[in-house]
Amino acid sequence: MELLGYFVFAVLLMIGLYAVISKVNLVKKLIGLSIFQSAVFLMYITMDKVEGGTAPIIVKGMPEQIYSNPLPQVLILTAIVVGVSTLSLGLAIVVRINESYGTIEEDEILDAD
Amino acid sequence: MIFVFALFLLTLLVITALAIVRSDNLFVSVMLTSIFSLLMAANFFILDAADVALTEAAVGAGVTTVIFLSALALTAEREKFAHASRGVAMLVVVVLGGLITYAIFDAPRLGDPNAPVHQHVAPWYLEKTPEYIDIPNVVTAVLSSFRGYDTLGEVFVVFAACIGVLFILGPRPAGYAKQRPAPSSGLKHHLIPQVVGRLLVPFIVLFGLYVQFHGEYGPGGGFQAGAIIATGVILFALLEGESAALRAVPQRALMALVIGGASLYGGVGLVCIALGGNFLDYSVLASDPVFGQQLGILIIEAGVGMAVCGALLTIFHAFAARDQS
Repeated sequence: MELLGYFVFAVLLMIGLYAVISKVNLVKKLIGLSIFQSAVFLMYITMDKVEGGTAPIIVKGMPEQIYSNPLPQVLILTAIVVGVSTLSLGLAIVVRINESYGTIEEDEILDAD
Repeated sequence: MIFVFALFLLTLLVITALAIVRSDNLFVSVMLTSIFSLLMAANFFILDAADVALTEAAVGAGVTTVIFLSALALTAEREKFAHASRGVAMLVVVVLGGLITYAIFDAPRLGDPNAPVHQHVAPWYLEKTPEYIDIPNVVTAVLSSFRGYDTLGEVFVVFAACIGVLFILGPRPAGYAKQRPAPSSGLKHHLIPQVVGRLLVPFIVLFGLYVQFHGEYGPGGGFQAGAIIATGVILFALLEGESAALRAVPQRALMALVIGGASLYGGVGLVCIALGGNFLDYSVLASDPVFGQQLGILIIEAGVGMAVCGALLTIFHAFAARDQS
């Protein structure tokens, strides 16, 4: 039961990967990629929890307070914002593909080439 | 109690993810992605990651959804039925999933204080932040001071992605027959979104500024503030039409925000060198090293906020201004 977060990470990662491999629609592939990404975020944040801890914002005068690990939070915080930028770059490419080929289905694009 | 809540959230996450992948209506998938992000944010919050939850809620549930929707408006709403390589995908997923599950049994249990991840530099950060920087939020301290190089790199990635989107979806070259559609009127004819939305916009921007300047004391900082302010302006664009938003915050101002924010961050690093310190070592910025650190964090967080807000809005306008043809 204590490993539940990690199992959910594995399931979400696999759902995302399945969408990336099996879907032919390019937007759907990007959606799958963002689920994959969220799964990795979940794994990092699951690691940072410390029993009896609280968010790492130090309260003065409470020296015995336990805090959760700030480092994974820093890594993921920046990764989320970078994730949306790279995702929009991918979507921009999909929009251009649609303008050139008139479709966003991968098999139809391959046929057109 | 928390455990039951976590179980509930994680179950909902898996169900939502399955529904996203199974639905062949892309519009439905995108709206479910927004719900997925919101669930993820709640889950981050109960795992003590308040800063991350704030970012995920603003970026994942807000900005990402709008950018996905504007991309859908330019492409297709429905996925065509296609028999793809489902067998291969299933095989890869089952094998890889099995391997990961096997590895998970060796993972430390949730909340174990002796897990390897809590043994390395993290205790040092928690112990030394009050001494070197003296701000309550350790996440902000690590983000902008101890690991300032890292964050500088991330800001430049956001900057580069924004430039990339402008290159791909930027204005058409001169000589291209200009057939702009009639300026979209937004939701002007819908009374309830108009009234509620107009009331909300100033408060969203105000909250963004609060998150920006309170980031040293509570959850928040430049990344969250940039995303929240961008969400406010995007809401305004949805209500009043995109051209009204461009009149309020012109493209030139957005580019100035992106470039100014990134250069402000890099510039602070160079000033630190000029004053005799290391790159991004803010201690030399003032006679008192602790105050120098706080000053440096305040400035670079402002740079991050400007760059993120400008980049997200530029990306949104690049998608929204693309004429459908």
